[in-house]
Amino acid sequence: MDLSAINPVLLIASLMVAATPLLLAGIGELVVEKSGVLNLGVEGMMIVGAICGFAISVESGSPFVGLIAAMVGGAVLSLLFAFLTQYALANQVASGLALTLFGLGLSALMGQSYVGIKPPAMAKLDIPVLSDIPVLGPILFSHDPVLYVGIAIVAATWAFLKFSRAGLILRAVGESHDAAHALGYNVILVRCLAIMFGGACAGLGGAYISLIRVPQWTEGMTAGIGWIALALVVFASWKPWRVLLGAYLFGGISVLQLNLQAAGVAIPVEYLAMSPYLITILVLVIMSADKSSAPASLGRSFHASQ
Amino acid sequence: MKLTKILTGATLALGLATTAMAQDKTKVGFVYVGPVGDGGWTYEHNKGRLAVEEAFGDKVETTFVENVPEGADAERVITQMALQGADLIFTTSFGYMDPTINVAAKFPDVKFEHATGYKQADNVSIYSARFYEGRAVQGHIAGQMTKTNTIGYIASFPIPEVIRGINSAYIHAKEVNPDVEFKIIWAYTWFDPAKEADAATALIEQGADVILQHTDSTAPQAAAQTAGNVVTFGQASDMSEYAPFPRVSSIIDDWAPYYIARTQAVMDGTWESVSTWDGIGAGMVGIGEFSDAIPADVAASAMALKESLADGSYHAFTGPLNKQDGSAWLAEGETAADYGDGGLAGMNFYLEGIEGSIPQ
Repeated sequence: MDLSAINPVLLIASLMVAATPLLLAGIGELVVEKSGVLNLGVEGMMIVGAICGFAISVESGSPFVGLIAAMVGGAVLSLLFAFLTQYALANQVASGLALTLFGLGLSALMGQSYVGIKPPAMAKLDIPVLSDIPVLGPILFSHDPVLYVGIAIVAATWAFLKFSRAGLILRAVGESHDAAHALGYNVILVRCLAIMFGGACAGLGGAYISLIRVPQWTEGMTAGIGWIALALVVFASWKPWRVLLGAYLFGGISVLQLNLQAAGVAIPVEYLAMSPYLITILVLVIMSADKSSAPASLGRSFHASQ
Repeated sequence: MKLTKILTGATLALGLATTAMAQDKTKVGFVYVGPVGDGGWTYEHNKGRLAVEEAFGDKVETTFVENVPEGADAERVITQMALQGADLIFTTSFGYMDPTINVAAKFPDVKFEHATGYKQADNVSIYSARFYEGRAVQGHIAGQMTKTNTIGYIASFPIPEVIRGINSAYIHAKEVNPDVEFKIIWAYTWFDPAKEADAATALIEQGADVILQHTDSTAPQAAAQTAGNVVTFGQASDMSEYAPFPRVSSIIDDWAPYYIARTQAVMDGTWESVSTWDGIGAGMVGIGEFSDAIPADVAASAMALKESLADGSYHAFTGPLNKQDGSAWLAEGETAADYGDGGLAGMNFYLEGIEGSIPQ
């Protein structure tokens, strides 16, 4: 056992990287659920985003174009879900599950000619002076830009939901779509926009895995992160900053447990392996003791005639 | 009216024809633990399947199901395959052992082949490859290429196959570099690129400059490439897209000859339940081309080691070897038995010098 082998600065820096896909997918799903829609297709949108981003950045040579393509890819796939649930009034749970299965299959098909190819590298932000500060530099100022975008999206979502009129409308639609409709708001439009935002965020999260964290394309490479994001939103009681906290906790403990294993800490590996799930759930459950509850219309279909 | 009748007749005839054709064909099913595009373990099994199709053409029909979780789901998938009329079913992961045995008991006429397990039955053969021979070559190269004397090992599940690999790599690294130290991470997955990449990164951050992996994706290769000065080896498949550096060599599983032979046996009616465990000599384990990154003298001695393993003049586990707790395992000159007490098939202990403990 040699704890000194673990470099805390590198550890914190890599936990932020490990948490980012989860954070992006989680914050997107939070907005979707706040509008009263339960989209279980996060995993499918992530994996489609991963292959769209990968393919386009390989073809174009630019990781930024790839990331935008990933957001478009995720959003387009989510439109399918929006059509099924908002216009065809299909069951949201079933449609979401179908979206995941469809996304996994579609991405495998799209990715067939991209196995074993290396994507163009995304340059890390390297700010002179700031990046060179000991300790703080590597933690705060020398990541890829997407990581900061993720945090910015969380802040923007928080401000949007809390302070803006549009955010208030979105929450109203999620709490009582009949009341919102009676006030003259277009429930379907608001929900479709929220679903597309969720798709774009999930796509970006997927592309973060295939372009930055891993970086390569392999089938099924999101390996269940979309499902963890779904659980995270619930345990974070639909609060943006708690999603951030939960994602960092989960990412942090995932990375920490690997580091502890490599350092030979004498804790049984099974406990280490389950610790990210356990600790994240525990912390968030304790925090959500303040009775904050789900949006009242979550998962219910809306039609103006009913 | 007439047209409908003709169509019905045609459909009926077609239906009969396809049924008749299907009966002539030998149906071979494959159950995979990962996606066929994983670039490693499942990719090679699928190459074996394609080789069967190529060898027998119209006489064989193959099906496969990928991404099958180990456990209850596997039992369902295998049952489904047997119900659909498969004559021979290959289940290609350790965790399918009990499901395969369970389903086999219900379908005595279907032949089953389970990879890397140890439970045999009248209609269940077991087959595996002596990957530890390849690990010996890896350890030999890794021990001489590490500058930090720290070798990182991404292990999957604590099963004999994986433990054999760790032990074999360790003793051969130790032989050429007495200062070498192994850092082992149990990932508890066969395939999770993000987790494998994180594990590789954690090992690299803790000073490992050689990464050995027993997981199936190429993610650790990509992580090593990003780090720049870290050596890796292809696992299960050649992973040559990462050559010449970081990937300097690889262990390649070649299942095609075995799959073709077993399919042939079913066709001829000569299939019997057997236990096959072949290594470098029989060609089931291949060693990928050494890249130029390996110093010439190291490559030469590694090649000599490979030859001696192939012709049987050297056994990867040759005494004197002690278990981790210091108790004797093999005496001077003694080689490990395959089965029985302290045999390789059930290996569940580290050898002397490895730190940490195997998860129980």
